[in-house]
Amino acid sequence: MPHGHHHDHDHTEPPSDLELRVKALESLLVEKGLVKPETLNSIIETYEHKVGPRNGAHVVAKAWTDPEFKQALMNDATEAVASLGYCGRQGEHLVVVENTNDTHNLVVCTLCSCYPWTVLGLPPAWYKSAPYRSRAVSDPRAVLKEFGTELGEKSTIRTWDSTSEMRYLVLPQRPAGTENWSEQDLQKLVSRNAMIGVELARSPKQKDEDGK
Amino acid sequence: MFNEPWEAQAFALVLALHEKGLFSWQEWAAVLSEQIALAQAGGDPDRGNTYYQHWLAALETISQQKNLSNEDELLRRKSQWTAAYLNTPHGEPIELSAGEIS
Repeated sequence: MPHGHHHDHDHTEPPSDLELRVKALESLLVEKGLVKPETLNSIIETYEHKVGPRNGAHVVAKAWTDPEFKQALMNDATEAVASLGYCGRQGEHLVVVENTNDTHNLVVCTLCSCYPWTVLGLPPAWYKSAPYRSRAVSDPRAVLKEFGTELGEKSTIRTWDSTSEMRYLVLPQRPAGTENWSEQDLQKLVSRNAMIGVELARSPKQKDEDGK
Repeated sequence: MFNEPWEAQAFALVLALHEKGLFSWQEWAAVLSEQIALAQAGGDPDRGNTYYQHWLAALETISQQKNLSNEDELLRRKSQWTAAYLNTPHGEPIELSAGEIS
């Protein structure tokens, strides 16, 4: 019986306090004409279904295969990414930081959870957690290790602290053995975590194993 | 992603108000950061799962700072919704009018 012990009173159990607070604020703002329910629905639809790390993987794979695009991306990532149809809504600037043999990049937002939504969608819970936000700065090597990422001793880790005006996307190194791969196949090697910088792009071998 | 529908609603409200020009994204990020710092200082281990609670509290704060709403009105409206649930037979749609204080 779905309504359990309350079936003798004919009523509906109110939802959680958090839900009631949102309902209260939303209904007031709608009444005042400050927001429209259809705007809210379209925003939710966009973030639940249309933006996600696939956008970022597209950007990365294109940069790996198209030198001209890569140049444009390094010069002005906001514009280069917009040319693929991925536009920010908060007026933020996107900066792409490139991994090399000597330098590995890691992205964090120490104060809240600024994140390049247009190319990665919404951040995972661990990105928003206090331990990650502090340790990405204080001990990035240990953080990478927890994600199973071991870097050579020689490579330097650079941590980028995002702000409301500046968001970062890591351009991982193109895995060896992918010289003849198409842009579409390369996209499958680029994970969200690689674009935050806690992992590397998958190798062709890892991809085969994942597929099994 | 969103664990519960209210998280998505709270998220969308902030974006919609910002897009309407009612506050800048910098102002929003400042209020949200402050809310997160407050929660941590209050003992929240802040492991990422309480993020939208901070988000909602920051939204209530900025709405009041920008005079889009106020505490009295929010509390009144919340009790009205609670009453609406309690006055509505199970399975029927919940209308705010069912909670009007007569």
